[in-house]
Amino acid sequence: MKNFFKLISQKPWESSQAQIDNKHDGKTLGLSREKLGVRTVMVVSTVIFSFFVVAYADRMLIHDWKSMPEPWLLWINTIILMISSYVFHKTKIASDLNDYEKIKKGLFMVGFLTFAFLLGQSIVWYQLLKLGYFASTNVANAFFYLLTTIHGLHLLGGLIFWGLATSKLLKGNYKISNMQRTIELCAIYWHFLLFVWLILFGLMLFT
Amino acid sequence: MSDEFDYKIEAKAADATTADASAPPIDYVPPAERPEQELYHSKSWWTTYVFSQDAKYIGVQYTCVATAIAVVGLILSLMMRTQLAFPGLNVLDPSTYYQFVTMHGMIMVVFFLTALFLGGFGNLLIPLMCGARDMVFPYVNMLSFWIFVLAILLLVSSFFVPGGPTGAGWTLYPPQAITVGTPGNLWGMVMMLASLVFFVIGFTMGGLNYVITVLQARARGMTLMRLPLSVWGIFVATVLALLAFPALLVGGIMLLLDAVLGTSFFMPEMISMGEKLSTEGGSPILFQHLFWFFGHPEVYIVALPAFGIVSDLISVHARRNLFGYRMMVWAIVAIAALSFIVWAHHMYVAGMRPWFGYFFATTTLIIAVPTAIKVYNWVLTLWRGNIRLTVPMLFTLAFIITFLNGGITGLFLGNVAIDVPLSDTYFVVAHFHMVMGIAPVLVVFGAVYHWFPLVTGRMLDEGLGKIHFWITFVGTYMIYTPMYYQGFLGVPRRYFEMYESSYASTVGLNVFITVAALIVGLSQLIFFYNIINSARAGKKAKKNPWDANSLEWQTPEMPPKHGNWGNELPVVYRWPYDFGVPGIDKDYIPQNVSPSQVSGAKADKT
Repeated sequence: MKNFFKLISQKPWESSQAQIDNKHDGKTLGLSREKLGVRTVMVVSTVIFSFFVVAYADRMLIHDWKSMPEPWLLWINTIILMISSYVFHKTKIASDLNDYEKIKKGLFMVGFLTFAFLLGQSIVWYQLLKLGYFASTNVANAFFYLLTTIHGLHLLGGLIFWGLATSKLLKGNYKISNMQRTIELCAIYWHFLLFVWLILFGLMLFT
Repeated sequence: MSDEFDYKIEAKAADATTADASAPPIDYVPPAERPEQELYHSKSWWTTYVFSQDAKYIGVQYTCVATAIAVVGLILSLMMRTQLAFPGLNVLDPSTYYQFVTMHGMIMVVFFLTALFLGGFGNLLIPLMCGARDMVFPYVNMLSFWIFVLAILLLVSSFFVPGGPTGAGWTLYPPQAITVGTPGNLWGMVMMLASLVFFVIGFTMGGLNYVITVLQARARGMTLMRLPLSVWGIFVATVLALLAFPALLVGGIMLLLDAVLGTSFFMPEMISMGEKLSTEGGSPILFQHLFWFFGHPEVYIVALPAFGIVSDLISVHARRNLFGYRMMVWAIVAIAALSFIVWAHHMYVAGMRPWFGYFFATTTLIIAVPTAIKVYNWVLTLWRGNIRLTVPMLFTLAFIITFLNGGITGLFLGNVAIDVPLSDTYFVVAHFHMVMGIAPVLVVFGAVYHWFPLVTGRMLDEGLGKIHFWITFVGTYMIYTPMYYQGFLGVPRRYFEMYESSYASTVGLNVFITVAALIVGLSQLIFFYNIINSARAGKKAKKNPWDANSLEWQTPEMPPKHGNWGNELPVVYRWPYDFGVPGIDKDYIPQNVSPSQVSGAKADKT
């Protein structure tokens, strides 16, 4: 913030400032464009989820709100997601060391766990629907289906990049620096989605 | 007195630096530390002309598609005007009238202006003005355009679904938007919301590109404060859009579920057609908050790029450095920040606690301060400028006046006590059309006349341009000035016919407005003729036809080729407003001219 105010108080037309400006390399932040891209996506997603949370908080105050039960499977799913995030972290460390076997195992593991999480969420849906908790019966149910869907879609989006990285790794046509960057950014995104899930799950658990 | 004194000292200081031989030469530039961007080179016809990854080309694609849908929007509005002036002709029935109102609003605000300013001008200008070879993620950029096309197709296809397009008004307020009796309450709504969801997704992809290109991919020497204001406007508007569109997305998704699955996010307990609906407890006001949290920044998403482009056009065509560049940047940033805390001034009549209205009235009036600063600075830039009354300049001057009167009527409406009686009248229609319809469109025209040579290498015809300008400018006042008057009389908006009411006395005015609207609408054919004809056989433009400083005119070839800059990326030595610098023969110094090439130049005091 301080830097920002310093920046916008520059006087670009003065010759003393011009001397400084001429040396500028044209980059504002010391980040790769991919990393900045992932961060921007995370900011936008955070805004989206925040609006859902605000809507949830506003809507739950109205008298017709009936909380729904949290099946125990949700806890297992949460643990699976946590493990996948942890494995991704390990894979990132392995990729820094350029350990091919460990990277391969790690990526497979992450994919397996993430698909297991998504499958688990679908089973929770199935169970709840069988018990008669339809989206139209109460808005609390609707919020549950909505939030899990949006979170799941985010994970699927991440899985596209995971899939690209894995297929490149298996085919062997990649630069190790690019692979390290992709794995690092995917790992950050996975941690982010874990964090989002914990907040959403906590919200639904305590209300 | 003191100014002159400073000036001499500075001139001396400048002499001293050139004389000092031991110091590095003044145009010394450190070697490039960044590797060159790998560009995608298309191999087939499809990847060159359809799925192009070149930002310039995508910009033109965006402009064409947005303009095409705008023509649809324009035709809808002309049909509505015909209905209002000549109800006896029965051009439209009430349902169709509402459907046209809705589609006209949504098309013009979201699918035309937003897409045109950010997708069109953003893609064309950002890489060129920043001195980059392309956007940072060209593939994502291409996807962004095609998702936009998909959104447009969904929107247009809603004309052909059972029940027709939605007639809920462009604000899509529940519960009425999805209740039986509103035209297009199911399929029309589904198509509209799906289209919006895709628009937001596509825009986010594009926005990612605009933001990161501006931040990370500029030429050497191009600091943020050396960027032309067009880029500042588009950049800040994109940030605004990235933060505001999620509100529309969230509201839209929940409304979609209410419509399709019968959930009650927004649907209250209600009786429709004598039967109690299954929904209960939903909060329509929540939707209004979500919608306007997007909707108000949306005004500035359109306005900020327009502000930026106007600043550049004024400076170039008045041959004068922009008055108060820093203040202009601050104003853009301040307007963007404030635009997030004024949204509820669209909801004064929704019923709110007076203190809430008081807060939003205050913030609304505060936002007039940075906006007024901008208007003053434009006018002061003209002061003692060497004004060239080219077509872009005419449109720019028309913008300032139009924005001023649209903006000042906004100050009326920003006050709760005035808004409540006026909010349902034509006063509001005139206000928002002037401030965010006509004013930005005048900028679009100015920008098209200005940058047309950059795209095609040919100039647009001046004579036709002037005819187009005067008809459009005078015509729009013929349309909207009477509407202000109608508003004061209390003529309600949203009515498709006035019947035998006390407002029937304004029927004559309605006829006048409609005739003017038809003339303005038809006169746009001159513009399209000019575009098509000039693109084919217009006068060849010389390089840098307007003698501008910013980088987009300094490419080795004009129009720029794929990769923009030939072998060498440009190096920037100055800000883009060095016009009329004393001590050199030309009245402008492009941004990539090194100090040694203009050694006689003296620092200009501002």
